[in-house]
Amino acid sequence: MFSVRTAALLAALIPAAASAQGAQYRPVAGTFALTDCRIETVTNGTIERGTLVVRGGRIEALGANVAAPADAVQVPCNGGTVYPGLFDSGDRVGLQEIGAVETTVDIDEVGEITPQMRALTAVNPSTVHIPVTRLSGVTTVLTFPRGGLLPGTAALIELSGYTPDQMAAGFEGVVLAFPRQGRRGSFDRREQAEVDKASREALAKLDDVWRQATLYARIDSARTAARDASPQPYQPEMAALLPVLRGERTLLVEANAAADIVAALAWLKDKNVRAVLTGVSEGWRVADQIAAAGLPCLVGPVIALPARDADRYDRPFENVGLLAQAGVLVAIRSDEEDNARNLPFHAGFAAAYGQEVGFGPAQALAAVTINPARIFGVADRLGSLEVGKEATLFITAGDPFEARTHVTGLFIRGEQVPLVSRQTELYDEFLRRGAATTP
Amino acid sequence: MTRLLILLLAAACTPLPALAQTPADLPPADARGSLLVRGATVHTVTQGTRVADVLVRDGRIAEIGPGLSAPRGVRVVEAAGMHLMPGIVDAHSHIALSSVNEASTPVVAEVQMRDALDPTAIEIYRALAGGVTTIQLLHGSANPIGGEAETIKLRYGTLDPDGLLFEGAPRTIKFALGENPTRVHGGRGVRPSTRMGVEQVIREAFTDARIYAAAQDDARRAGRPLPPVDRRMETLAGVLDGTVLVHCHSYRADEILMLVRVFRDFGITHLTFQHANEAFKVAPELAAFGAGASVFSDWWSYKFEVYYSTAYNAAVLTRNGVRTSLNSDDAGMMRTLYHEAAKTQRYGGLTDDEALALITINPAQQLGVDARVGSIEVGKDGDLALFTADPLSIYARVSMTVVDGVVRFDAARDGDDQRLSIDPAERVAAVRLSEDEIDDACMIDAFTF
Repeated sequence: MFSVRTAALLAALIPAAASAQGAQYRPVAGTFALTDCRIETVTNGTIERGTLVVRGGRIEALGANVAAPADAVQVPCNGGTVYPGLFDSGDRVGLQEIGAVETTVDIDEVGEITPQMRALTAVNPSTVHIPVTRLSGVTTVLTFPRGGLLPGTAALIELSGYTPDQMAAGFEGVVLAFPRQGRRGSFDRREQAEVDKASREALAKLDDVWRQATLYARIDSARTAARDASPQPYQPEMAALLPVLRGERTLLVEANAAADIVAALAWLKDKNVRAVLTGVSEGWRVADQIAAAGLPCLVGPVIALPARDADRYDRPFENVGLLAQAGVLVAIRSDEEDNARNLPFHAGFAAAYGQEVGFGPAQALAAVTINPARIFGVADRLGSLEVGKEATLFITAGDPFEARTHVTGLFIRGEQVPLVSRQTELYDEFLRRGAATTP
Repeated sequence: MTRLLILLLAAACTPLPALAQTPADLPPADARGSLLVRGATVHTVTQGTRVADVLVRDGRIAEIGPGLSAPRGVRVVEAAGMHLMPGIVDAHSHIALSSVNEASTPVVAEVQMRDALDPTAIEIYRALAGGVTTIQLLHGSANPIGGEAETIKLRYGTLDPDGLLFEGAPRTIKFALGENPTRVHGGRGVRPSTRMGVEQVIREAFTDARIYAAAQDDARRAGRPLPPVDRRMETLAGVLDGTVLVHCHSYRADEILMLVRVFRDFGITHLTFQHANEAFKVAPELAAFGAGASVFSDWWSYKFEVYYSTAYNAAVLTRNGVRTSLNSDDAGMMRTLYHEAAKTQRYGGLTDDEALALITINPAQQLGVDARVGSIEVGKDGDLALFTADPLSIYARVSMTVVDGVVRFDAARDGDDQRLSIDPAERVAAVRLSEDEIDDACMIDAFTF
């Protein structure tokens, strides 16, 4: 069996031979033939033994009877399985380096209403978090700002590239943190009246912003109709909401408590926007209502404590399965700042606790591949292994949700990504550091 | 009336479903139970893995082997296809505590977590649902020398805090190095504000305790009245003479080496570093001193002193001969420590036994309770966790958790509300989300004095 370390060393050695030190992270473009692979296409079943050809960044061919082209670099899977790259449908990769060092955190801009703040602007392509994350097969993440009512615009990015533009994966969505009703745990000592007042005021503020945005959109339409080319008043918040109101950009509505989800559904009813629910911790309580509203959900974290002291210990583990059972299109998110690499484990827990309701490993795999690709409107390029799609994929020596499984190969947009991160480098340096010095 | 009759008849004619358990059904803390778990794959951790029956009598493991039969009246759990492991030991927790930090002064060896223990905390039940049976409740990390910790068993169901105490467990105490103590005290102009200061605060405290202990001893030997008793000094004297075991919050390699040096100078041998994200850098030194490390599987980058971390920490330490455990420091993660252990197979390729030792016998040794818990051996406490599959698999679920032979979590009988105490003033249930979780349980109350 490959160890991550061996694979990382091998991958690192190839480019290092031709270039300077430090190039061990540089992905390698080319034509590749992945041979002797089990191929999990997600959308067209499993090919038990076959070849997958990567050329020009795309999947050129795959199947049991596909021959490796003469010009291709052969990448033997040794019976391992090829999967489409995993989506983490919500985290902060690229926006935060060190949690407690404020100057390295670009998540929460000043102000309650800041939809014009684009996550893509602040994504740091050189963060050490990116190599750490992608080594678990997570290739594509929705990284989103938080804090305030409309904290900004989340971005779907691929975890390889030297510029944010190169990393952009073709989706951006405006985040709405739907106002929370009720108390937030035992430490929340506010009086009920105070809690109610805060919630009413937040909702009134949201309605007010929406009225302004609606007016802004009408003025904009009227100006367009009148071919009025004079400069518009500069209202960046409203300009950022305009495509949302017109149904051209998704509104990502964060709602978790059952009452908040129901309130969000009611609020969305007459808005005529393209909405996706995010978080949805207590979705299981109102799954039928979410299904009836036809809203997809980005659910997580799965490995989490129950939201209420009176809830059964495993509700967060069951939540994804129960939503899917009700007919909701689900994708899974880690909701992590530091450990988005654990996304496959969130999927594994959802499968472990969803089997009684028909949500097993196959459904969990869909919830981290093709489902999010469809929800983000990028399923023509990502989310499954099909000819013509982007070659963003990884190879494992086993079930990608099992902690003991090692990723042995990784391709993003058809480039072979070295299996190295600062964490593997520290391992390599210190495993056999040498004899003790006397402290 | 007719309807009631029909219901009664229906009830009489159908086999009784397993009733949901309520906390009131749980036996008292001093109960010692008997149980035969039949046919599970038994991960003893110390003596290999095989399919066997395990008989617990009166709270202790009485027999392990094939074809055991249950004594009269002893419950049999048919567990063919399932996996049995020792109850999980978490060496670092702050659940079930009404306060965590006495941060008003840098040395508070006199305070005890035992005084803050809340046996009704729902987190205890949730930890049981994750296969955990023994935990160390630590003081927070605001002080170079914090308060005395308490090792407890998760005997959920009792209202008596003392019912949870792990009888006979050695006394333990929390120390802390690095950012937390320097931030808390240095931030208000009190030493330490640097890692240099942390060393000197600890050396001064040990020196005071040495003088105090010598004065007490001299008076005792000479038959003179003893000098006034100082609780702080009493506990620190216990650290010096090895009766109080030190668990030290630490992250960076340099500060870890500093404390090793101090302990060597004062002749203290038992030392476990908690968190110790950079312990991998000084694994040979830790092994040479005999210090242990109780680490996270993969937590990192939440502050600067954990930026140069690696999830391979536990594997590097294990391979270098350092007694290593994995801990949670978190009410959520303590429910999935078996999964945290499995991560060491991805990050460093530990064997099944090595991985399971990180959450059983190794932390038990660090707490000084390894003669009682941490492995499945005849004579040890009947603390067991039964899983639906290999506990190192992501698809494993805890089926049953047993403490002293008493089933305190049973997934088949788990009901919705397992609280032991309910706030009568609560009209609308509070909903706590992961974004509301306290990121750093170690620092609860640290800035509230």
